[in-house]
Amino acid sequence: MKKIGPYLILLLLLAACFSLATILQQRASGWSNRGQTDNVLKILFGDGRRLFANHFFMQADVAFHGGYYPSIFDQARAPKDTRHMTAKEGEPAAEEHEKQMNFLGPPRDWIERFGRHFIVTEHTHLEGNNEREILPWLKLSAELDPQKIETYTVAAYWLRDLGKVKEAEDFLREGMRNNPDSYEILFELGRLYYQSTHDPVRARNVWELGLRKWYEQQAAHKKPDLLVLGQIAINLSRLEEKEGNLPRAIELLELSKKASPRPEALQKQIDELKQKLAAPPPAAAPQAR
Amino acid sequence: MNTILALAGVVIKELYRRKDFYVLFVLTAVITLLMGSVSFFNDAKIVRYVKEIALLLIWVSALVIAIGTTARQIPAERENRTIFPLLAKPVTRGQVLLGKFAGCWLACGLTLIVFYLFFGIVSGSREHYWPLLNFCQALWLQWIMLGVVVALVLLGSVVFAAPSSNGTISFIVVLGILLLGRHLNQVALQQPEPLRSIVYGLYFLIPHLEWYDVRDLIVYDHGLVGWVDCGLATLYAALYVALLLFGAWLVFRRKPLSL
Repeated sequence: MKKIGPYLILLLLLAACFSLATILQQRASGWSNRGQTDNVLKILFGDGRRLFANHFFMQADVAFHGGYYPSIFDQARAPKDTRHMTAKEGEPAAEEHEKQMNFLGPPRDWIERFGRHFIVTEHTHLEGNNEREILPWLKLSAELDPQKIETYTVAAYWLRDLGKVKEAEDFLREGMRNNPDSYEILFELGRLYYQSTHDPVRARNVWELGLRKWYEQQAAHKKPDLLVLGQIAINLSRLEEKEGNLPRAIELLELSKKASPRPEALQKQIDELKQKLAAPPPAAAPQAR
Repeated sequence: MNTILALAGVVIKELYRRKDFYVLFVLTAVITLLMGSVSFFNDAKIVRYVKEIALLLIWVSALVIAIGTTARQIPAERENRTIFPLLAKPVTRGQVLLGKFAGCWLACGLTLIVFYLFFGIVSGSREHYWPLLNFCQALWLQWIMLGVVVALVLLGSVVFAAPSSNGTISFIVVLGILLLGRHLNQVALQQPEPLRSIVYGLYFLIPHLEWYDVRDLIVYDHGLVGWVDCGLATLYAALYVALLLFGAWLVFRRKPLSL
């Protein structure tokens, strides 16, 4: 019997593998529950990727503070929310954050005192367009956990600040695709349309939708998210006032009054708008004969 | 001195003959360049994340090279029985230890120079800013820190039986100090007595390697560390190196060399 060459065997095995692959490929996709749209990170890390997403979001905060950030041992005094990441100097959120970030305290011993010469000990925020440095971490965080809403809102805020309105809109739309019921993203998208692209019609539609989503999700809550409700209502009321729709503006101010820690200032604005509404329209100028 | 330098020369030759350094350098370079080539929101000016990743990789690679190279020095000499002809020459055990230390430490210095040269080129080409003094200071501090690590692993290599166990234990100890060393006093204060005194004692006993990690100052473009502080940190590390090498010599001088 003639001996079969090793190359022929190799070719036969290759053909067998190829044929089997064409048969099994379609069946194999049904064996796991994974959809075709899963990205590499989801396949690699599974649900554990959310942990990494949190880490990258925190890394963005570290970058925002130029490396001055509390360790896990100082976490009790660490900032709990992300408002400071979208607050400018002098704003109430920034002042509150300034107190929170005073976590170092006096050194306890000579080792700690000497060690502070080698670490960042000054609380600063990025400025002068350096805020862009937090964006890669936010993008990575969103890739790993698409349901982490603050990633989209914080990134969009700074993208708009850097003049990258198109990128901000695209990122918020990506956030909307992943979180179709998020009123926070809708609020940020409305701000983008109103403040950056100066499109009040789209801003109004988006904010109205945001309000509806808020009521659907938060109205029945024991501790509703009043901060975002107040922000949507006050911004929408300013828009309506500018557009001349005073009754709706008053209605929205009444709503934001319920969510505000300082309702008296808003009441003053409501009274002013009511006066404006009650005042007779200016008489038409007499026509020249 | 010549004997020590000759022994050190052998260790350095071993570093460039083995593939560890090349693999780690290529891995660091590929990951850094890949991350650097990613475009985030069409902004080409973003650079700090590349610096952060590159420096992290440099730190990990340098630690792997330092621990890996040092851990196998004395066990390999004993296993191959080359320690006997080495000691048959007029070379004392103390000189062997010093030569191995000098070789491993200088080898770490050479690898750091290559790594930081790469880091400087990547960072400077993207940032168009060359804080050379800051890079030199970071390199020096890291090299000093690696001196303590090398001495620690050398002590481990005369205490533990196998280089693998020595390498693993040393890696855990060094990582533990780097991650927790700074906070041990805080941890101690939250413990009841006598645990508090024990943990606080440990805090004062360990070499504070975390001081030498000035990556944040480089990544976020902060100023230089004071030169006096830099000198004091060097002195502190030198004292620990002396202490650890002396401990290694005390164990090694009476240790039977046959396996």
